[in-house]
Amino acid sequence: MAALMTRPGSPELAANRRNIRPGRVMVWTLLFIGGVIMVTPLLYMFSTSLKSAGQVYDLRLIPAAPTLDNYIKVLSDGRFLRWFFNSTLIALCVTLSNVFFDSLVGYTLAKFDFRGRYLVFIAILSTLMIPTEMLVIPWYLMSAQFGWIDTYWGIMFPGMMTAFGTFLMKQFFESVPNDFLEAARVDGLNEFTIWWRIAMPMVVPAISALAIFTFLGNWTAFFWPLIVTNSRELYTLPVGLSSFAVEQSIQWEMIMTGAALATIPTLLVFLVLQRFIVRGVMLAGLKG
Amino acid sequence: MARIELERLVKRYGATTAVHGIDLMVEDGEFVVLVGPSGCGKSTTLRMIAGLEDISDGVLRIGGEVVNQREPKQRNIAMVFQNYAIYPHMTVGQNIGFGLYTSKLSKPEKQARILDAAKVLGLEDLLERRPAALSGGQRQRVAIGRAMVRDPVAFLFDEPLSNLDAQLRAAMRIEIKRLHQRLGTTIVYVTHDQIEAMTMADKIVVMRDGRILQVGSPTELYEHPVDIFTARFIGSPSMNLIEANAAGAEIAVAGQSLQGFKAEHSGPVQIGVRPHDLVVGEAGGGGLSVTGSVTAVEPLGSETLVHLDIAGAQIIATAPGRVVPKVGSQIAAHAEPGALYVFDAANERALGRL
Ligand SMILES: Nc1ncnc2c1ncn2[C@@H]1O[C@H](COP(=O)(O)OP(=O)(O)OP(=O)(O)O)[C@@H](O)[C@H]1O
Ligand SMILES: [Mg+2]
Repeated sequence: MAALMTRPGSPELAANRRNIRPGRVMVWTLLFIGGVIMVTPLLYMFSTSLKSAGQVYDLRLIPAAPTLDNYIKVLSDGRFLRWFFNSTLIALCVTLSNVFFDSLVGYTLAKFDFRGRYLVFIAILSTLMIPTEMLVIPWYLMSAQFGWIDTYWGIMFPGMMTAFGTFLMKQFFESVPNDFLEAARVDGLNEFTIWWRIAMPMVVPAISALAIFTFLGNWTAFFWPLIVTNSRELYTLPVGLSSFAVEQSIQWEMIMTGAALATIPTLLVFLVLQRFIVRGVMLAGLKG
Repeated sequence: MARIELERLVKRYGATTAVHGIDLMVEDGEFVVLVGPSGCGKSTTLRMIAGLEDISDGVLRIGGEVVNQREPKQRNIAMVFQNYAIYPHMTVGQNIGFGLYTSKLSKPEKQARILDAAKVLGLEDLLERRPAALSGGQRQRVAIGRAMVRDPVAFLFDEPLSNLDAQLRAAMRIEIKRLHQRLGTTIVYVTHDQIEAMTMADKIVVMRDGRILQVGSPTELYEHPVDIFTARFIGSPSMNLIEANAAGAEIAVAGQSLQGFKAEHSGPVQIGVRPHDLVVGEAGGGGLSVTGSVTAVEPLGSETLVHLDIAGAQIIATAPGRVVPKVGSQIAAHAEPGALYVFDAANERALGRL
């Protein structure tokens, strides 16, 4: 989070350039190595996606004969587009749902005093301690009972609200001064409108962060979608791509092309939303 | 517009009582200021009137109707907060217009109201700006604008000027007062600044520890404080107090004997004299004369405040502007007959003037 909120090119960086201490050199070196480790697979992914099947095991980073054939093949394959659509739809719905419900509950926990508030909060938090692996079987049984297996809803329902998101939003709403809400109350707004029109715009940075995390998390989700879907039409992109691998001999160049295409939405989401994180931090409205 | 009546209004927070059953009548169109030290229950009282705080006991009437159980929005009251609370994600125009969010006016009518309010407050040129790009005084005016457009039955202000610098505060004081004269709407205004109270109020309510000590016009409070607390709270610098002894109509103070005290109280008393009534110089006929050594001087230009030590008591006297006595020198100061306030030393209640 903190990393998301600093802006490049701040005066701090410029000032630090002058006194380079050994500690700093260490830090930068480590960061650099970390960066290389993170970026290399990505580069190989793009590189492989531009190679023909015969060149895949030629490990040069720059393909000898780059070609867009893989992209044309993947994009003209109806299955890929279907999975892409599935993933987009699911990630969007789950993200919207989280933004709505997590902040509604977080707001209620942060700004209203009611009996058992603390208990509810603890109950929500405690679900964070249960690992997903433990929940998959109950989820599956539940889906089977309700007939949710092999449906979009079946894939989405476990993530429609998260304890982490609720906790995050609660913390942010706590920093919204009550005066804003009371001013709106005196102005005659109902509680729902106050939340939507006043409180929500003030936590835009938190909402953006939540949206990014949720979208990425669901975009790359693999385990649960794999379990709850049977028909290929309902596969999400990661599940679908992995099925490329099992089917025939592994077609690395196709998988890499699919994966490369799959990064586009995540990049888009991040680029669009991170602006709000920065802008939100700069909002001012109280005496400051 | 409406009259606001508080009848034995009580606010309890669990075991602690913040407001102890206060009675107050705010007449229609009146400008009432609640003053008192920090924590005396001013904000709590105001918030009960606004409907932001539940009323623990007692009756609150607005325009003759009991509103204890009504939501803030049903009371049609506007409130301006100490830290403005204007919405950072809206422009000035949207902020002012937000007061009309629930109103059924047509769009052009709303626009006209917003423009009117902006004109009155000198914000016409800033309507498109965001709060982040406004000065403190401008932000507070936006907050007032948001309250104004609603045409409420009363305005509530909770220390609206305390975040502004002294100069701006003086200017805004006048502006709010003008606004009141222009709109004629009932105003309840909370402050702990006695100058704001004195300059703006039709009626001042002095509070302490969740109780009302005294209600009256600024002059009444200045001339006839009911106890030492009010006497020292109203007027700046604060009233001097000198220990004395009363025996019937005679009071012994600072080595003199003053005659003609009408209350005929016997026992220890405190003599109050305002710095502005205690003038450096030799005595005329009657009144109180004191001599002491100068411990500090504060030249203000138009006058000089002279801090004196008289037999261990610290008091403040005034001297004309160009007279600046030397620190350490012995000087005399004098108060005219009639300028003295007498208080019972035991219960601090006022006994009368002398
Ligand atoms: N939510 C609360 N819970 C418990 N006690 C409270 C609460 N709000 C206020 N009080 C108490 O009620 C008393 C009155 O508070 P209030 O805010 O009305 O004071 P005030 O006169 O406005 O003071 P100030 O000039 O500092 O604003 C205080 O002693 C305060 O501690
Ligand atoms: Mg207060």
